[in-house]
Amino acid sequence: MNFDLSDEQVLLREAARDAFSRVRTIEAAREALEGGELPDLWPTARQAGWTGLLIDEQHGGAGLGAIDAMLVAAEAGRVLASVPLLGHLPATAILAASGFDADVLGRLASGELRAAYVPARPGDDVDPAWTVEPRSGRRRAPAPQISGGAVTGEVAWVPDAIGADLLVVVTVDEAGEPVAVAFEAGAAGVTVESATGVYDATRPLAHVTLDGAHGRALGAGEEELRRAWFLAHALIAAESLGAVEECLQRSVAYAKERYTFGRPIGSYQAIKHALTEVLRRQENTRSLLYYAGWAYDDKPDEFAAAASAARAAGGAALDFAARELISVHGGIGATWEHDAPLFFRRAQLSRRLLGGTGDAVDRLAGELLAV
Amino acid sequence: MDLNDTPEQATYRAEVRAWLEQNASHAPATRGRGDEEEAVAAHRAWQRRLAEAGYVGVTWPAEHGGQGKGPLQQVVINQEIARAGVPGILDAIGVGMLGPTIIAHGSDEQKQRYLAPMLHGDEVWCQLFSEPAAGSDLAGIQTRARQDDDGSWRLSGQKVWTTNAQFASYGLLLARTDPDAHKHKGLTMFAVPMDAEGVTIRPLRQISGEPEFNEVFFDDVKLAPDAAVGPVNGGWGVALTTLMFERLTIGAGSEGMGYRADRFAAAIASDPVAAKDPEVRARFGELATELLALRFTGYRLLTAISRGQIPGPEAGMGKITAVNGAIAAGDLIADVLGPEALDPDSEWSYLISFLPGLKSAGGTEEILRNTVGERVLGLPPEPRLDKGIPFSELRAKERQEVAS
Repeated sequence: MNFDLSDEQVLLREAARDAFSRVRTIEAAREALEGGELPDLWPTARQAGWTGLLIDEQHGGAGLGAIDAMLVAAEAGRVLASVPLLGHLPATAILAASGFDADVLGRLASGELRAAYVPARPGDDVDPAWTVEPRSGRRRAPAPQISGGAVTGEVAWVPDAIGADLLVVVTVDEAGEPVAVAFEAGAAGVTVESATGVYDATRPLAHVTLDGAHGRALGAGEEELRRAWFLAHALIAAESLGAVEECLQRSVAYAKERYTFGRPIGSYQAIKHALTEVLRRQENTRSLLYYAGWAYDDKPDEFAAAASAARAAGGAALDFAARELISVHGGIGATWEHDAPLFFRRAQLSRRLLGGTGDAVDRLAGELLAV
Repeated sequence: MDLNDTPEQATYRAEVRAWLEQNASHAPATRGRGDEEEAVAAHRAWQRRLAEAGYVGVTWPAEHGGQGKGPLQQVVINQEIARAGVPGILDAIGVGMLGPTIIAHGSDEQKQRYLAPMLHGDEVWCQLFSEPAAGSDLAGIQTRARQDDDGSWRLSGQKVWTTNAQFASYGLLLARTDPDAHKHKGLTMFAVPMDAEGVTIRPLRQISGEPEFNEVFFDDVKLAPDAAVGPVNGGWGVALTTLMFERLTIGAGSEGMGYRADRFAAAIASDPVAAKDPEVRARFGELATELLALRFTGYRLLTAISRGQIPGPEAGMGKITAVNGAIAAGDLIADVLGPEALDPDSEWSYLISFLPGLKSAGGTEEILRNTVGERVLGLPPEPRLDKGIPFSELRAKERQEVAS
């Protein structure tokens, strides 16, 4: 029994924290809302070797696992760093599983090339169809269709697609079977329309439209494409965990120094109990991320349930933590000058990506009830 | 990360499993409604059998009849017992919490006298800490022990929520020995024979209708001069040791509480309409998230325990997650099954009725959150009105306030 990070994983986390600490990411997050440039953290990711995290060593990657990817994502989330790993890592996992060209895998591993995952949601016990995010509303859109080698369809709200060199699009064939197709940036019939800046400027999103586009069909099977979807969920959950930790730390610090009626507000049970609830949710999310990381390698049958549970817990934890951060600070916490709104914005948008946390809750229920 | 056993643990597990397979036929039923005396006798015999095989008190030092092993071996035994579907030992409170307290604080004579019969189930122990007016604020107990000139003690007062008191031979009891000292300073721990003159035990029925606990009255009970466990007026430190072992027991047994997502899933999935109902799925997914988190937080805790770390107060957060998750599960199952879920013979009826009390047992949610807030997050404590005042004055002040 050893359900804790290894020494190497602790080092990886510390190195990531250190690398992000050198950039003023939180200030940049606010400035970007007013049209400022976000710092380019891709060189940081390349230098640290995160770009090749899920590509094997033979192809120039680090050959690490989902838990390592989550540790990096958590550190990015802690400081609201905008680094396009949520798109790149699941895409490279699919490409590596497909036995893609060694040369290209090597360039993806080194970060010379950047890939983006254009996700499709695997069917479940209620509806077996693969679907994608619509631009609006509750009705999920059919996944892009591949027919005679040409792909047609639209996927809305795709993270990190803007500026990617390679798009890995999950499509379905005429039989409804999932097939991943790789497109080079700018390929004929592929449009990447920026949907960025709406609410959380650190999260570049795009609507990807395919209109009879010809790409390269990949060998990854259904299992790998399911895995990529849940890996993306686990990475969003990990980003949330880092942000929750930051919210809690800031809330506790303020609750110790702000006095009302002659005593620090952290001494009141109303505040204390709310902050222990943040802690409880934070630790639950951490445990579920460990579960997801462990299942990814050792219990693949449970990865969908584990990642969905982590996503559900992490999304709710960040919403709760960001709201507490605001209310502990009182009115000032809701002003533009304060950092709390940035965490709040992150919470609101992240919870709605890739089906949203509600879909993760339903998926977990389906996985457990279908057994 | 690795949830598998080390080769050494795997060997131990195989040994325990083989023993249980051979001996399971001697185990009593897990929950029976028949004659209590017979059930206790059967359970006692089962503990003796386990003890003789070396599977009781495995973490106790060998000189006191234990095996000198680590807490993870205890976890292996708990898991194998759960897997075999047989009950654990009769006196989990004694062996898990009170025995280790005696080992830490008792005299050589006390260890000689009490530990072996406890381990074998010949003498069951109960924990006499909480009182009607002192639960969360345990140091506010009022049961009084006065020392006579010959050194013997006279004990008067009332304890409550006492599991197993009705068949216990001894109780570990916290009493006030110096009311003029500050609250935490005037307490002493005692070993009390439950058959002594002046001890009255009354069952306390719960919502389920079953008496899970007792209340115990002490009317001028005479105790021998050597009945104190640990120093006179040093009882608070002894009590803290017991509470530390309580956390360890809860930590090592977190998986065994039976509040697992898959157990509740099976009940809901038995109704195919419910299993596809969006509202049921949303509620079940939320509570399953909590219960899965509980399970994997338990593995983190066990990892820490196996490295020799004692769980801190944050372990108490698991209790909050477990109780609230199970309450949500019981509520959902009753909504799915309808009144049938509340049938007296239904396993859900018992669970639903049991949980409101469990919310307060082993520390209320509110007191656990205070402790975690102060000791883990480092938040400042509430101002206290009981500091630096002799206990007798404090009580007088409280009575005066209520009266006015």
